[in-house]
Amino acid sequence: MFEQTQAFEARRPLTLPARLLRSLHLDAPLLIALLAVCAIGLGVLYSAVGQNPALVVSQTLRLGVALAALLVVAQIPPAALRKWAPWLFLAGIGLLLATLFFGDVGKGARRWLDLGIVRFQPSEVLKLAVPLMVAWYLHERALPPAFHHVLVILLAAFAPAVLIAAQPDLGTAVLVACSGFFALLLAGLRLRYLFAAGALALAALPVLWHFMLDYQRRRVLTFMNPESDPLGAGYNIIQSKIAIGSGGVFGKGWLNGTQAHLEFLPERATDFIFAVIGEEFGLLGLLALLGLYLFIVARGLYIAANAQDTFSRLLAGSLSLTFFVYVFVNAGMVSGLLPVVGVPLPLVSFGGTSMVTLMAGFGILMSIHTRRKLLAA
Amino acid sequence: MAPRIRFKDPWREQRLFFGRLIAAAVVIVLLTGVLVARLVQLQVLNHPHFAGLSQDNRIRIEPVPPTRGLIYDRHGQILAENLPAYQLELIPEQVDDMRATLSALAELDLIAPGEIDRILALARRQRRFEPVTLNFRMDDEQVATFAVRRQHFPGVDIRARLRRHYPFGAATAHTVGYVGGLSARDLERLERANYAGTSQVGKTGVEFAYESLLHGQVGYRQVVVNARGRVLQRLETPAERPATVDGRRTSRLPVPGQDVVLGLDIHLQLAAIEALAGRRGAVVVLDTRDGDVLAMASTPGFDPNLFSTGISQTDYQALLSDPDNPLFDRALRGIYPPGSTIKPQMALALLHHRVVGPGERLFCPGHFRLPGSSHRFRDWRREGHGNVDLIEAMAQSCDVYFYAHGSTLGIDRMHEFLSAVGLGERTGIDIQGERPGLVPSREWKRAAFRRREDQAWFPGETVIAAIGQGYMNATMLQLAHSTAVLARRGVRIQPRLAIASADPLTGELINLPSVELSQVVLEDERHWDLIRDSMIAVTRGARGTARLQLRGTSYLVAGKTGTAQVFSVGQDEEYDEDEIDERLRDHALFVAFAPAEAPEISIAVIVENGGSGSSVAAPVARAVMDRYFAARER
Repeated sequence: MFEQTQAFEARRPLTLPARLLRSLHLDAPLLIALLAVCAIGLGVLYSAVGQNPALVVSQTLRLGVALAALLVVAQIPPAALRKWAPWLFLAGIGLLLATLFFGDVGKGARRWLDLGIVRFQPSEVLKLAVPLMVAWYLHERALPPAFHHVLVILLAAFAPAVLIAAQPDLGTAVLVACSGFFALLLAGLRLRYLFAAGALALAALPVLWHFMLDYQRRRVLTFMNPESDPLGAGYNIIQSKIAIGSGGVFGKGWLNGTQAHLEFLPERATDFIFAVIGEEFGLLGLLALLGLYLFIVARGLYIAANAQDTFSRLLAGSLSLTFFVYVFVNAGMVSGLLPVVGVPLPLVSFGGTSMVTLMAGFGILMSIHTRRKLLAA
Repeated sequence: MAPRIRFKDPWREQRLFFGRLIAAAVVIVLLTGVLVARLVQLQVLNHPHFAGLSQDNRIRIEPVPPTRGLIYDRHGQILAENLPAYQLELIPEQVDDMRATLSALAELDLIAPGEIDRILALARRQRRFEPVTLNFRMDDEQVATFAVRRQHFPGVDIRARLRRHYPFGAATAHTVGYVGGLSARDLERLERANYAGTSQVGKTGVEFAYESLLHGQVGYRQVVVNARGRVLQRLETPAERPATVDGRRTSRLPVPGQDVVLGLDIHLQLAAIEALAGRRGAVVVLDTRDGDVLAMASTPGFDPNLFSTGISQTDYQALLSDPDNPLFDRALRGIYPPGSTIKPQMALALLHHRVVGPGERLFCPGHFRLPGSSHRFRDWRREGHGNVDLIEAMAQSCDVYFYAHGSTLGIDRMHEFLSAVGLGERTGIDIQGERPGLVPSREWKRAAFRRREDQAWFPGETVIAAIGQGYMNATMLQLAHSTAVLARRGVRIQPRLAIASADPLTGELINLPSVELSQVVLEDERHWDLIRDSMIAVTRGARGTARLQLRGTSYLVAGKTGTAQVFSVGQDEEYDEDEIDERLRDHALFVAFAPAEAPEISIAVIVENGGSGSSVAAPVARAVMDRYFAARER
């Protein structure tokens, strides 16, 4: 195996930056696209926070931490990740339970765990731990998975999602559930199970409704008819639609978005920053951003397609698809296609925790991609 | 079917994976297509519409708070209303020299000089086009002073708004309650959107309990703001020409709050306050037929209008540090030893459990001793009452009669019976803050004390509980309620303040139901008559304790006096009013229902540290009842 790698390198002489990237186990196309999105994000953020440089600096610091996480995770070989997967998962569940009982309350939700030095959201750990766990579980098993394996996996994916939804944090719960489900789907979940699950989910909707909290119900109702509550929850949607719509094709220009600057648009630096981009850079700006996101997803799927064992394949595929869900749910809710669940726009929204997890996820993708063993063709 | 063993097939699995990956890619493309279509719809097709909303004229939605419902007494007298009030406001961006302007206003006595720094700090924290309130309560003279000098103060103006006003002031402070500034804590329990634009919310009494009825539904309207966000124009007449965003109405008239009608009779309430004559005390009058609270007075009171206009720190401190504690609702929250006023209920318990027969006599030597103990439980009358039966024991309020038979009855049966007639638990009146009072029991004592030796129930404690002393305590509302149960021969009706709500637009009146609680059923119905007769003997009997105070009433009163000890006197000492600190003097109590033969009202009176129930509390009750029956005659 070792000689084969050597032979490969001998065939294609590498430039210095390429050699550096290779030795750090980084993937250049993915890294460039990620940095481009982050750069756009910082620019938009500067406008959205009312040109307050302090906030942009603090976001840049977070970005630095996130990139460091990417760099560290990229050094871990997939085999090691596979070995740790179940333990990470159990630790994540433990932290979630701890949060449920001892967590700090912020904005009416119990999401934070204070470990003395740092406060963090254990639900973020699960965004990686769940796909790792599912990929680990399916790695050794014959695919498509048998029925009882499907049940085990659903439990592994949905139990943490339910715990997270109880915090309550519906957005993260959806993402965690998605990440586990996508791994299962890619593993070749039989379509009849899929349809049965779909039917079951539809039947469960009224039950779910029953268990939803007031504010969650209100969001769904408001989504159906935002104008019913223009002073409350519907206000965000009405204002974000005006922001996006008034941007037109070319936008009002950077720092010229009146919706954002006159404080019509709530949460403009966090969950609703997509509307600021739409207002200031117009349809073209949004299409460019979506193009970058799609490129990242496509690169992720390409890495998944080229991965060489079941674990890596499922993990890479699941992480990439979940990233797309991130983008789609945020853009969908801000433009009024989906109800408002608290999902930030990845890499752009102000705030640090989710960015670190995202970048760590991309570190996993890069680790998978840069450690392919070349098989004799 | 034979179990099939499946092996891992890398090629098949990889093909399956690729298939799924491609499917996922297709779904991604489709979803992205939907998203792009949506963006095109918003940004290209509807762009002119949204641009119009956003650009030259920016329309902001502004909440229009509803008008708070009024509160009436049972005869339509207004107890809480909304009056226009004037406040002085300043818009920072229109004022060149803030400090000079504020100093000039302070010289005209329009704002307090001490406020200047606070106002400057406040103005720095908010946006420059938003008004800062300088003076929340301008009197007529201040309004006039400013009006003639308005041209010297660009950027400063008077704004009219509605202010809650309580015409009867202190008389209704505890029952009607008051409104105050909306706080962050209020918003946690209220629906936030509905309170956008609302500045005041019910804090106590009926104002708090009926907040959801009184408040109404918020309305909204569009206002035009300029590029800097300042309101240029309010689009009025939202009802005739509703403005729209996205083709839907975005303005709505507020729905005014419901008016609330109380069972309270304000004139009876005033009579009660007058009768209390500035002493610390409380009067509760209930309508025995439907539980309406006809009067519920606690003195001294305070002016609720201070709170509704934003109470100043000095005024608030003065109320808090007043030794008479005017903020304290003595009728609802004051718990007092009921003393002899629970003897009717106790006598009923004795009859019901056949501890004593109706005509059975007991010799009262002026004190009682438990078997095997040397401790003397003294009667209020040192020389004793002689040979007394139940009616005489009640009329003269003989303590020994109740000591002796109460100790036979025992604490368990005593607790059970008194609880059934409405003592020791909240009556469930429709405003918050009611105290439950206490009828002690063995179980209660075990839970209430930490030390093991304190947890046991002692026979001597039963003896003093029999005359409403010791651990026992009650609120005046409870005593009035329990007395009403006697009047209604066991029927218990929950006391209530609000009896109806009225729609201010249509005038439609909706009666609120009166709630009946579990009835007290006696084996022998004649016991009710006996108790009533014994209470009539209190006011009419030759030796009745209240015969002098209730002499010559046009209506027949069944009552009971009570003198409750605050301070225990030693075994061989004499209680001497003049020697004891005023705060340690006995509480004077009186309960009654009338007319005795066909009861309409029940009443409970306390005068704190007033002395004797017959000479101090009974005259208060009489004044109130006289007022009730005089009004009924008219």
